[in-house]
Amino acid sequence: MCLAVPAKVVEIKGNIAIVDFGGVRREARIDFLRDVKIGDYVIVHTGFAIEKMDEKAALESLKAWEEIMSVLEE
Amino acid sequence: MLDLSIFEDKEFAQRILISIKRESDKIGREVKLMHVCGTHEDTVTRSGIRSLLPENVKIMSGPGCPVCITPAEDVARMIAIMRKAREEGEDIILTTFGDMYKIPTAVGSFADLRSQGFDVRIVYSIYDSYKIALENDKLVVHFSPGFETTTAPAAGILEEAIDEERDNFKIYSVHRLTPPAVEVLVKQGTVFDGLIAPGHVSVIIGVKGWEHISKEYGVPQVVAGFEPIDFLMGILMLLRQIRKGEAKVENEYTRVVRYEGNVEAQRSIERIFNVVDAKWRALGVFPKSGLELKKEFSDYEIRSFYDVEVPKMPEVEKGCICGAVLRGLALPTQCPLFGKVCTPRNPVGPCMVSYEGTCQIFYKYGSLL
Ligand code: SF4
Repeated sequence: MCLAVPAKVVEIKGNIAIVDFGGVRREARIDFLRDVKIGDYVIVHTGFAIEKMDEKAALESLKAWEEIMSVLEE
Repeated sequence: MLDLSIFEDKEFAQRILISIKRESDKIGREVKLMHVCGTHEDTVTRSGIRSLLPENVKIMSGPGCPVCITPAEDVARMIAIMRKAREEGEDIILTTFGDMYKIPTAVGSFADLRSQGFDVRIVYSIYDSYKIALENDKLVVHFSPGFETTTAPAAGILEEAIDEERDNFKIYSVHRLTPPAVEVLVKQGTVFDGLIAPGHVSVIIGVKGWEHISKEYGVPQVVAGFEPIDFLMGILMLLRQIRKGEAKVENEYTRVVRYEGNVEAQRSIERIFNVVDAKWRALGVFPKSGLELKKEFSDYEIRSFYDVEVPKMPEVEKGCICGAVLRGLALPTQCPLFGKVCTPRNPVGPCMVSYEGTCQIFYKYGSLL
């Protein structure tokens, strides 16, 4: 099953990161994320970080939703 | 600190539900929406979304469980390989995921194999399996199911094994692709008005990985995340497309999914695997839906070393309607065995064994239905 919660990158050694799921720390491979940095939030699936969480995009999409809904609510 | 609290905001959920009601009233007929992801089913069932929706909006659950659709004969073949290897004096360490471990077949499960004294280990990732190979001289074989999200890690680890010329690590690939399965469902007559595309498969293949389905079959799609709000928003966006008569792929899960997907992961999968026709348990052979190791890497596929016969066996036990459940034609509650004969403790079919199986998810959250 996919883990929906993002994990925070707290350490990077080569292609392995230590990530923190709200207190639980695990190793995650970062082979597929080129420019991941400490402090980034990532989605981890079966031991691999597969994408970074883009907070800006989340907030923008939220604004778009608010617009969609206010149109519908009219 | 990342603030995603809005995705748990009840009031916001209420507003989306009101908009859903408005849209569904305007459409004015029954609308069937399908998803193809075990984690989406978990979101839907855990939060009781089916009961919150207007009467005319139905959520169907498709083949979203890679372990459920792994053919019984592949499990049987892996078991036979373990036995043959032992006869020939080689003790293989077999690794796989926890739910795969318990999947029943006519010749038993990997759990049964372990109780007979074979070295079978449950791992959380193929990386853990690879680490066992690094610490061991014995041959380690990872029985490797999964859709794109799990295939990418498999490809990543295989690339490392190949580059390091590690010869005691191999896999048994039963990887499958999701868009071809959706195409088959459409062609074989599973009728639905819109698709909630799986969020984390889409992380890998991108929004673009679904576009041909909207174009060729006129299916509206929304890539959605896994919070209840994500799923509700996905429904709303689909209803809006349906009302307007549109069929495109929209992205609700913009915080994680990009249009082009994860190009690095795609490159890795393409380097290692070839796309082939493949069988889906209880569903049949789907064209161009499976992944097998490329010829030049066949030394990393255990089947290249062992040729074993497996008996023909039934896909599922008599009475089990897993096939219809996986096609999105039936919900588990329509199965006469559900909850009576078939439970997670005594599963009759694969859909009750896997955490991602619709039957197990329905059973687990039964009180909310
Ligand atoms: S409840 Fe059990 S027997 Fe019925 S379809 Fe699901 S897995 Fe098969």
